[in-house]
Amino acid sequence: MVHDAAVAKHNRLSKRHSGLREKCHTFFKRGILTKISSALVIIFILIAIFCPYLTPYTPYEQSLRNKLKPWSKEHWLGTDNLGRDVLTRVLYGARISIVTGVLSSLWAAVVGAALGLTAGYSRGFLGSFLMRLTDAHLSIPPLILVMVLAPIFGRTILGISIVIGISAIPSYVRMVYGQVLSLRENDYVTAASVIGQSNFKILLKHLLPNCIPVVIVMFTSNVSTAITIEANLAYIGIGIRPPTPAWGVMISEGYNYLVSYPHLAIAPGIMLMLLIISLNVVGDGIRDVIDPRLRGKL
Amino acid sequence: MGERILEVRNLCTSFFTHEGEVKAVNDVSFHIDEQEIVAFVGESGCGKTVTQLSLLQIVPAPPGKITGGEVFFKGRDLLQHKPNSPEMRSVRGAGIAMIFQEPMTSLNPVFTVGHQLTDIIMLHRKVGHKEAWEMGIEALRSVEIPEPEVRMRNYPFELSGGMRQRVMIAMAVYCNPDIIIADEPTTALDVTTQAQVLELLVSLVKQHRKSLIIVTHNLGVVTRYVDRIYVMYAGRIIESGSTEEIMTKPRHPYTIGLLNSVPKIEKERSEKLIPIKGAPPWLIDMDPRCTFLPRCSYACEVCETKEFPKLRRLGESDHFIACHRDIAGSITGSTTGRLDSAGRHDLGGEAHG
Amino acid sequence: MAETVRENPLLKVEQLKMYFPLTKGLLSKTYSWVKAVDGISFEIYPNETFGLVGESGCGKSTTGKCAIRVLQPTEGRVVYKGRDIAGLSKSMLKPYRRELQLIFQDPYGSLNPRQSVFSILKEAVVLDRERHTAVEANERVDELLTLVGLDPDMKSRYPHEMSGGQRQRLGIARALACNPKLVVCDEPVSALDVSIQAQIVNLFRELQAKLGLTYLFIAHDLAVVRHMADRIAIMYLGKIVEVIDSDHIFREALHPYTVALLSALPTTDYYQERKRSRIILEGEVPSPVNKPAGCAFHPRCKYATETCRQVSPGLRNVGRNHCVACHNVAV
Repeated sequence: MVHDAAVAKHNRLSKRHSGLREKCHTFFKRGILTKISSALVIIFILIAIFCPYLTPYTPYEQSLRNKLKPWSKEHWLGTDNLGRDVLTRVLYGARISIVTGVLSSLWAAVVGAALGLTAGYSRGFLGSFLMRLTDAHLSIPPLILVMVLAPIFGRTILGISIVIGISAIPSYVRMVYGQVLSLRENDYVTAASVIGQSNFKILLKHLLPNCIPVVIVMFTSNVSTAITIEANLAYIGIGIRPPTPAWGVMISEGYNYLVSYPHLAIAPGIMLMLLIISLNVVGDGIRDVIDPRLRGKL
Repeated sequence: MGERILEVRNLCTSFFTHEGEVKAVNDVSFHIDEQEIVAFVGESGCGKTVTQLSLLQIVPAPPGKITGGEVFFKGRDLLQHKPNSPEMRSVRGAGIAMIFQEPMTSLNPVFTVGHQLTDIIMLHRKVGHKEAWEMGIEALRSVEIPEPEVRMRNYPFELSGGMRQRVMIAMAVYCNPDIIIADEPTTALDVTTQAQVLELLVSLVKQHRKSLIIVTHNLGVVTRYVDRIYVMYAGRIIESGSTEEIMTKPRHPYTIGLLNSVPKIEKERSEKLIPIKGAPPWLIDMDPRCTFLPRCSYACEVCETKEFPKLRRLGESDHFIACHRDIAGSITGSTTGRLDSAGRHDLGGEAHG
Repeated sequence: MAETVRENPLLKVEQLKMYFPLTKGLLSKTYSWVKAVDGISFEIYPNETFGLVGESGCGKSTTGKCAIRVLQPTEGRVVYKGRDIAGLSKSMLKPYRRELQLIFQDPYGSLNPRQSVFSILKEAVVLDRERHTAVEANERVDELLTLVGLDPDMKSRYPHEMSGGQRQRLGIARALACNPKLVVCDEPVSALDVSIQAQIVNLFRELQAKLGLTYLFIAHDLAVVRHMADRIAIMYLGKIVEVIDSDHIFREALHPYTVALLSALPTTDYYQERKRSRIILEGEVPSPVNKPAGCAFHPRCKYATETCRQVSPGLRNVGRNHCVACHNVAV
């Protein structure tokens, strides 16, 4: 408070040229953890894309003769109870996790933002109806909701993504709704309506672009949550079906051999942990770059 | 005037941003005597506030840094002490107190006015809680707040803007400082409240025989109360002198421009205002020449070639300007010491004080 | 100016009221009203500048926004070109919408930070009834920028790359893009630095002469309003207390509040300022939720009588386009 004037001035000065380069600068300035995490996220994405070329096996290839082998030259992480190569399955798991995470968050973001915009701009009956619906939705614990919906939409990658997405929609709706409520008080919105712009165009041209930073920030933090939920579902056996190499499935299967063959559960567990931590750190970084004021809100 | 209480020499404060060094305060020297009222006048971003923050070493750091200079307060150089040293802390409040522009954010919203007032009194006056409370009531009464006993138990949001600024003044005065710095003390207030608060501040300062620094962008505010004026532009003092000199015979083109930009109520309204062209300069990688050069309508060859002019004394007077030229400025529409025939109301009427 | 029969007013506001409900509880029950504007009337004639002065919270901005139907007034008539537009729906308002423009106080908040200068102006230009080709629109944008004293090369800039004065010019250009008849200027210079203020004030006057605009000029700074306006209305707590030609305000103001405002106004004239005595008003502006009975100004007025405490004074003409709402002023 003492420094208000000077800080405001500094902000004004530094805001003058805010390009991509400056954004990268702020992002990596956050420290070594951000750098490592960004590297990890990139590695995971590369693994997800190129996993077929990284191993000579497929994740479904069984060989009961080679079951539960320790690590060797042929199988770096050994094999599981059906003789499948653990490393291969772990690598393919990255693909499933990332695809479900991104897909579910993406569709939740699109639907949530659209509903939030509509609710925020129309206010009136439609607005309050949508918001009460959202409140009702939020009162159901996401895991229970997902457990109910999962069988309906099918236990495939697409089905699970839709289900997880549905559980994430309300948080987008609320966030965008709040954003629109504050944005529409801006003078430039009044100005647009005074020059005769239609409500729909105002929504599209003035409100939506200013909501996008918030949606992006939410999206990045949402991907890791979605991955966690996906793994949870797979672990308790209502998510993606075995033999698909989802990490949750592998942890659950490996759990039976935790004492004698701990790597079966630990290898996917570590991967899951690394991916989620690095996604969170990167998400925080992106948030700081896009809108530092959101710190602590998301 | 009494003894020199504060003397600042060659003060420099910069903000280090990734675009470069912003020289917010650039080689500023000034002084203030006991019981003197001086004003720092300038537009936003000219460094007038940062100058005051630098005195107390409360410039936000990073990115801010005091890069040079001396601040002699009662003969001691304050810049020898670290910002968080006990010496500096004892200067803040008890030696030099500051009143800020926005009275809402300067008071903590979760504590009552009384709580905050007694805290400060106990800190500086070494008295018990009960006495401090009594002194708090007395302080509020001295700033003409009605029902001070009730107001002590109010939270800041329950008071109006003018009232909150009075509380800030009470806090500042009751620390018994030698100098009070008021940073745009009335800018956030309405015109009629502005007049109340200013009159009050000045009368309290006079009554307690303190020195006062008013920082403002409003030339009208300073005319009435201030002994001396420093005009700042782009981080430098470009003109200083007694209020009478500056307001009636300004010599720097910027000061002349400022005075001509203000609409005057006594004047014919058909006349056009004479604005200063352009906008203030960007404070990174500044031109070594005169900072006002691009906006100056008096600029000549000397200004184009020479470096920024040093502040120089005009004759024997206390009037200093930083300008290569010496132009006898004309300001529009000022009376020349005579009274206009008074209107129906005593606007130009009886002489004051 | 003598009492003359003037031409028809461009805008006529009659008994305008704007109340905002204060609600509480789950069902948003209204328990009280903020009477922001409480029954005011005025006319604005073509090509004149009508000033509206008052302290914050007196309802001057709300009045301005109601006058051009940015807000829908609770009660009263707003007659523009002979038609009452106070209750018109958005589609019914369409023929008038672009003729009634607004210029904002905050040069930062009034421009979409994600739109370039060109995009801001083009949006306003192409909404015109006649369709524009891309080239025409482009030319019009250049023309507008030049008109407000900006360099057409600035088109690709974003608002955050401009100074406050430039942003305000851009806001003016956007309003002009609609070919307005009446422009409400809501504190258009109070956020700007002194040297920039004068530039913008001069720009307003140039544009008026060039384009034949009519202004409703709202500000808290009496000196600026007096410089801009032909007639000034002084507002206090949602009511107009005095309307006066601005050439006469300095010597002939009658209402005690106007007089106090004039006296509180800081001036830069050294000798005058040091000599004059100020009228310091006691107390503060009451809240518009709980207005005092009778004349709203009576708690702060040193001439207040019993009548002032009970009866709210109406605006009465005292000659020469001069109206005052005060019991103590003899007609």
